Amino acid sequence: MSKSVIYGLLLSILMVIAPHANHLPAWVSSLCVALLLWRSYLTHSGNPLPKHWLLTLLTFACLGGIAISFHTLFGREAAVTLLILMVALKFMELRTARDVMVLIYLSCFIVITNFFYSQSIPTALYMLATLLAVVTTWIHLYAQNIALKPRLRIATALLLQAIPLTLILFVLFPRIQGPLWGLPQDAFASSGLDDRMSPGSLSRLSLSDAVAFRVSYAGKPPAREQMYWRGPVLWQFDGRTWIPGNTAYSVAPQFTELDQAIDYTVTLEPHNKTWLFMLDMPNKISVPSSLTHDFQVLSKTPVNSRLRYEARSHLVSHANLREANWQIQRALQLPPTLNPKALQLAATWRDNGANDAAVVRSALAYLNQQGFQYTLEPPLLPGANSIDDFLFTSKKGFCEHYASAFVFLMRAAHIPARVVTGYQGGEFNYIGNYYIVRQSDAHAWAEVWLSGQGWVRVDPTAVIAPARVQTNVAAAVPASETAALPFITRMTSNPPAWLSNLRLNWDILGFRWNQWVLGYNTERQFAFLTSLGMENITWQNMSIIMTTGIWLVIGLFALFMLRHLFANQPDKVQAAWLGLCRKLAKSGLPRAAHEGAQDYAARIAAARPELADTIRDLAARYSALRYGAVRDEQAQREFLQRAAALKI
Amino acid sequence: MSQSLNNVIKQAEQIILGKPQQIRLALTCLLARGHLLIEDLPGVGKTTLAHVLACTLGLQFQRIQFTSDLLPADILGVSVYQRDSEKFEFHPGPIFAQMILADEVNRATPKAQSALLEAMEEQQVTIEGLTRPLPAPFFVIATQNPSYQVGTFPLPESQLDRFLMRIQMGYPDAQAERGLLSGVDRREIISRLTPQMESSELLALQQRVKAVFVSPALLDYVQAILRHTRESARYTHGLSPRAGLALLSAARAWALLDERDTVIPEDVQAVLPGVVNHRLQATGEHQHQSNGTLARELIEAVAIP
Repeated sequence: MSKSVIYGLLLSILMVIAPHANHLPAWVSSLCVALLLWRSYLTHSGNPLPKHWLLTLLTFACLGGIAISFHTLFGREAAVTLLILMVALKFMELRTARDVMVLIYLSCFIVITNFFYSQSIPTALYMLATLLAVVTTWIHLYAQNIALKPRLRIATALLLQAIPLTLILFVLFPRIQGPLWGLPQDAFASSGLDDRMSPGSLSRLSLSDAVAFRVSYAGKPPAREQMYWRGPVLWQFDGRTWIPGNTAYSVAPQFTELDQAIDYTVTLEPHNKTWLFMLDMPNKISVPSSLTHDFQVLSKTPVNSRLRYEARSHLVSHANLREANWQIQRALQLPPTLNPKALQLAATWRDNGANDAAVVRSALAYLNQQGFQYTLEPPLLPGANSIDDFLFTSKKGFCEHYASAFVFLMRAAHIPARVVTGYQGGEFNYIGNYYIVRQSDAHAWAEVWLSGQGWVRVDPTAVIAPARVQTNVAAAVPASETAALPFITRMTSNPPAWLSNLRLNWDILGFRWNQWVLGYNTERQFAFLTSLGMENITWQNMSIIMTTGIWLVIGLFALFMLRHLFANQPDKVQAAWLGLCRKLAKSGLPRAAHEGAQDYAARIAAARPELADTIRDLAARYSALRYGAVRDEQAQREFLQRAAALKI
Repeated sequence: MSQSLNNVIKQAEQIILGKPQQIRLALTCLLARGHLLIEDLPGVGKTTLAHVLACTLGLQFQRIQFTSDLLPADILGVSVYQRDSEKFEFHPGPIFAQMILADEVNRATPKAQSALLEAMEEQQVTIEGLTRPLPAPFFVIATQNPSYQVGTFPLPESQLDRFLMRIQMGYPDAQAERGLLSGVDRREIISRLTPQMESSELLALQQRVKAVFVSPALLDYVQAILRHTRESARYTHGLSPRAGLALLSAARAWALLDERDTVIPEDVQAVLPGVVNHRLQATGEHQHQSNGTLARELIEAVAIP
C-alpha cells in the first residue's frame, strides 16, 4: 500500500465526514480528527499500526460513549455517529487493498447519510465533490502510477458516465410511499406558527427568514395589503394567551362569495402542523383536507414534507352570516375580572348607543390617535392586566399585541370577535413570478362578527403601521430595530439591484430543486411520465422500462468502449487464415497468439508431415497477401479457395 | 536474392562454427546501416566475427583496442607539424575505415567512448574545425565485456541507443567446439579469405533494404509491441519511437536476408531480442532476469493482429 493512497483516502474521508461535524457530539469530532492525524503520522513515520487489543478497547469505548451520549445505539443520530467512528477506527487497521475498498464503500455510504441533515443544492454539490475525491482515491488504489490530473479526469469521466443511469433511476424508480422509503420524520427542521398566541410569540417568529411557503398566482395577484394567509383561529383568552378553545364543532361554514375567484398554487414547506395556508377566505383546495367552521383549512396529517397544492379564494365574501348562538357566546368570552380600564373604555364607545360598526370605527380611531407604536421589542408586561398596561401605559407593541387588545376591546363592547393568525404579504420574486412568504411575514389580526355581514376582517396593525401590510416588517418597525431582523427581510426594503437579482435567482433555483428533485413524488412522477407520452403507468411497467433503459445505457457504453474491436474487423484473408488456425487447433495444434504464419506452418509441418507442403504453401500465400505490397485479387481468391479446401 | 550475399553467409559460417544466427544478425545490422554491439566474455569469437565479416565483404578494416588511457585523438587522428612543408598535416586515425572493430569499448574512459559514438551517429568527424566525412559503408562493431568485470566504464543508456543491436555470442555447442578445437587456426584461415562482395554492391543492398515493403498490418503489430512495453508494469520505461524505427529497419534487413521483399511478423520477432535488449530495463521484481527472457516474454505477450 503506497503512502499516497493512504493520504488520498484520509483526505477523502475527511471531506466526507466534515459536514457531520455540525451535529456530531464534540468528543466524536475530536476523536475522529485525532485518529486521522494519528494514522497520517504512522504513515509518515512508517511506524507499525496499533495493536489489535488496543483497537478492540477503543471500539468498545466508542460504543459506550455513543450509548451515553444518545442513550441508544439505534436511530439516525446514533447510527450515523457509530458509522463515522467505525470508519475512523477502520483506518487504524488499514493494511491491505481490501481494507481500502471497505473504506471506500463506507465513505460512499456516509455521503448518503449527509442528506439526512440537508438536501439543499450546495449540499448536493459538495457531496458530488466528495464522491469525486472518493472515486479518484479508488482509481489510485488500482493504478498507482497515474498522476493526479489524469486520475481526476478518469474519475470525472466515470461520474459523467453515471449520469444517464442516475437519470433513469431517478425518473423511473417507483416511488413507493411508506416509512421504508421516506426520510425519517424528523428529517426536516420545522419552525412556524403555533396554535397559541401570547405576547412575543410572533415577534420572535419574525426574526426568522426561513421560507414558510411560496405562491404563484394563476391570474393577476391581489394587492399586497389583501394578502392575508389564514392560519390558526384563536377564540379563547385567559388574560395572557390566546388558544383555539373548543374545536369539536363540526358544522360546515356558510360562505357566499362576492367577487372574482383568485386561483393560485402554494408550495408549503414542512412545518409538522396540519394547517394549509390559504388566502382569506378559502374556497377550494386540491389536496385532501377539511375546512373547519371558522375557515381553517386542515390537512389530514401533519405536513412533514414539502406539499404543493392548488387553491381558490375569494377576497370579499359573506362568511357565516348566521352564526349559532353558542358560537357567538364563544366569541364574547372574556376573563371576567381582568383589565377594568379596557372594559370601561369599550363601554364608553357603547354608551352613545352606537351600532357595532361604529364601535369598530371608534376603536380603530382610538388606536390611530393615541400615539401607539409598532415595535419588535415591546416592553414586557408581566402584570395580570396586561391589556390595560399595554393600552394605557406602554402603548408599544407588535401585531399580536394589537390583535389581542383589539379583540379584547370588541368583546368588552359585546361585539363577537376572534384572533386570526397567519401570514401577511410576502416578497415578490419578479424573476420567477411568484411570492415568497417567510416566517418573518407571520401576522395576527382580528375578525368581528357583524350582523348582515358575517365575519369581517379588521387589522388593527394596518391602522397603526400601514407599512406593515403594504411593504413588510422592516418598513414598519423603527429604523433602530431593523438590525435585529433577518438579513433578507432587511434587504427587501431597499436592496441593490444585482443583489436582489442574485437572491431571487437563487430562490428560483431552490424552488425548482424542491419541486423537481426533492419533491419528485408519485404524483409528479406520474404527471411527468404522462407528459412524456407514457400510458398505463404501473410500477411493473416502470421497472421494466427502467431495467431496459439501464441495460441500454450500459450496452451503449460497452459498444463505445469496445469500438476498436469492430474497427479492426479481420478482412477476408485474415478471417480465412484464422478459420484455418481454428481448424488446426481442433486437431490439437493451436496457434499461439504471437506465432507468425511461417513459424506456425513450420511447427505444423514438423508435427504433421503429410500436411507440410499444403500448410507451408498456405502460410506463404497468407503472408504475401497480408503483408505484401500488392493487392492481387486472383491470389486472394486462390488462397481463400485453398484455405477452405484444406481437410485435416 | 544476391548470390554474393549467400556466399558471404556461407563463408562466414565455415569459419565461425555453430553461430549462424549471430552471423545473420550482424549482417542484418550492417544492411540496415546500424552498428553492432557484441557483449560477451573474452574469447568467444567476437573479434573473429568482425574480422571475418570485414574480409568477406571486402571492407577496409581497422581495429581499435579501447583502453583506459585511450584518447579521442587516438581514434580520430591528429594534425602533425610537417617540417618540410611547414604546415600542419592531418593524420587520419583508425576511425577512417569502412569497418571498425572497437574492442572492449567499455574499457575506455567516457571521453574516448563518446568520440567513437559521435562518429557513429554523424557518419563524419570534425577535427580542428574541419568536417571530414567517413567512408561509406561505415560499420562499427563494438565489443564489450559484461560490465560486472573490474575496471570498466559501462556505456550509459543514451549511448547504448546508438547501437542498432546488441547481441551475445554465447559458447559454441559441443559439435562446433569440436570442429573448432580440431580445425586449423582461425587466424590463418582469415588471412586466406577472399572478398565475396564489392563495397558498391553492399551499398546497393543497403538501398534495397529501404525498399522492403512494410504493410499497415505489420505496422499494427510493431505498434502493439511498442504500446505493450509502455503500458506494462514489467519495464521501467517503454520503447522510444526511435526504438520502433530501429525495429522496423532491422526487420526489413532481416526480410531481405530471407529473400523476401515484404516484412512479416516473424522478421520482427527474429530481430526483436537484438534490438530491444539494451533498450529495455525490467522493473524491480523482474530485474534479475536475463535479457533473453525479457525479449522472449515481450514476443509472447503481444498477439499478432
